[in-house]
Amino acid sequence: MSERLRTDALHLGVIALLVVLFLTLPTYYAGNLSRIMVLAIYAIGYNLLFGYTGLLSLGHAMFFAAGMYGYGLTAQLAGWPALPAFALGILAGAALGLVVGALALRTAGVAFMIVTLMFAQSAYLTILYFGTWTRGDEGFVVPGVARVVLGIDLSGETERFVAALILFSLVLLVSGRLVRSRLGRTLVAIRENEERTRMLGYDATRLKLIAITVSAALSGLAGAAYALLFGYVGASFAAVPYSIFPLLWVLLGGAGTTVGPLIGVFFMFYLIDTASGITLAYMLIAGLALVLLTLFAPQGIAGLVRRRVRWLP
Amino acid sequence: MQFGPHLLLAILEGLVTASILSLTAMGLSLVFGVMRVVNVAHGEAYMLGAVLAWWVTGLIAGHPAAGFVIAAIAAPLIMGALAVASDRLVLKRLNYDPDRTIVATIGLLYIAQQTTLMSFGPDARPVEPPFNQRIALPWLERTEEGWAWFYPWGLSITSYKLFVIAAAALILVAIWLIITRTRAGLLMRATQQDSETAQAFGIPVGTVYSVVFGIGAALAALGAVLVVPIQQAHYLMGGEPLLLSFIVVIIGGLGSLPGTVIAALLIGLSDGIISVFFSPTLAKIIATLLVAMVLVFRPRGLLGKAPA
Repeated sequence: MSERLRTDALHLGVIALLVVLFLTLPTYYAGNLSRIMVLAIYAIGYNLLFGYTGLLSLGHAMFFAAGMYGYGLTAQLAGWPALPAFALGILAGAALGLVVGALALRTAGVAFMIVTLMFAQSAYLTILYFGTWTRGDEGFVVPGVARVVLGIDLSGETERFVAALILFSLVLLVSGRLVRSRLGRTLVAIRENEERTRMLGYDATRLKLIAITVSAALSGLAGAAYALLFGYVGASFAAVPYSIFPLLWVLLGGAGTTVGPLIGVFFMFYLIDTASGITLAYMLIAGLALVLLTLFAPQGIAGLVRRRVRWLP
Repeated sequence: MQFGPHLLLAILEGLVTASILSLTAMGLSLVFGVMRVVNVAHGEAYMLGAVLAWWVTGLIAGHPAAGFVIAAIAAPLIMGALAVASDRLVLKRLNYDPDRTIVATIGLLYIAQQTTLMSFGPDARPVEPPFNQRIALPWLERTEEGWAWFYPWGLSITSYKLFVIAAAALILVAIWLIITRTRAGLLMRATQQDSETAQAFGIPVGTVYSVVFGIGAALAALGAVLVVPIQQAHYLMGGEPLLLSFIVVIIGGLGSLPGTVIAALLIGLSDGIISVFFSPTLAKIIATLLVAMVLVFRPRGLLGKAPA
């Protein structure tokens, strides 16, 4: 089997597995699956930048929130129908990614992390500052009309799952192709050795800007999808923990692998779900996981599998 | 109150903020300067310092001053020991790799914060100041009979706040003396300039790193002990000093100690003045954006030197 076929086959297998899980699991867990898939889109977007291009951002929550508010605010205040508002959400994520990227890419390493953190913090504070419209931390519920796509109300459990599955499958398959494409391979080259990539004649800065924009667009898509499917928009999705989560998911699942993000979200979701049943301080689990992962398994779960199965995309 | 006395009050409050901030930021700057480690958990050292101060003062009966003095010694020591332990257990094993240490310190941040939430609880708890006389401040104003002193209503400061400013200034001078005049300071400066050469000259670089990480956390804790009689101890209180310390260290030039103090004064004063006259949220948005821009366009900080 060629590499591309094998990759597609693996991804189709993952998608089939999700469908089987949905059909066999009890309703509560099936409902969680939709949430996991939407968050996995966010993680895939983050992984494109962190895992494949080697840029560690600490401010991706601003892109997630850009998508969420881009969709939510136009639906709430301007009364836009679902699809155009959703498209605007993705666009908002991409546009913010382009602007922030153009500025932040003038720095590298530690400065890049701090700059993205600062931009995300000011984005979060801006949402709070315009509390009259955004309702700040309290957030708002997306009007029911804006959650109907092509006559289908996405607030039902099955409809929601199907919508999340379609979006996730698209993103997974496209990202699988993307990382095997010329662009994807050049991004990996930048991650491995930027100097050499430049010397080979690639415009590394332009390529990194493309990577940030695509990553931000995917994060925006995830944010808009979250608001569309779960009907809630709030400032907590723009706060620091939502910038840390994708890093955690990708590290846990395996940076630089296509299925890693999903695995990471899945494990972390149930870990935190279990922990929050026991204690208020469920973020303790996230902290412990971060420290243990950086110490003992910097390649994550899929990275460990890749040691055996070398072709893992 | 008129504009003049109002401004004086804002400046005094700003000076208190600046004093605490210069201690916290000095810890962050020292760690970054010597170890090249960005310690995201630094704010939690501050928070733990405040919580430890609350705990120690609660243990000691009698006059609040006795508890406060013991807390001011014990909290930084305990915090320093915790930091040395986390350096040994975590950072050292990562070989101080910049990316991985950031991720690990984010993890340490949540561990510290959430452990506090589980043990100390979600409530804010006060610590009684050792002394707290209100001192009314005079204001000179031109009246019909010429210049006259009078005491505007509301223009006052407590003796404790004046003590905070003085204590912070003393501690900063002490740090400066240690770094420039003692053997320990010489070892730190040697490690900062070139850790490999320092190692080759027999300087125990690993020990220097641990000690510096401990001192950095202890400084944050000391700042917190000073602030906790003014501001209550709470498990989420570490976020703001972390952000402000970052801002100070970046504006002052990463790793430059005099730059850090000047920037802390600048940020503390302007934070005090801006939040008296404008919306604090707007002030913070502008400050964070400005700092991001400084990093983007002047990565060495406003006062930092160009590389040799």
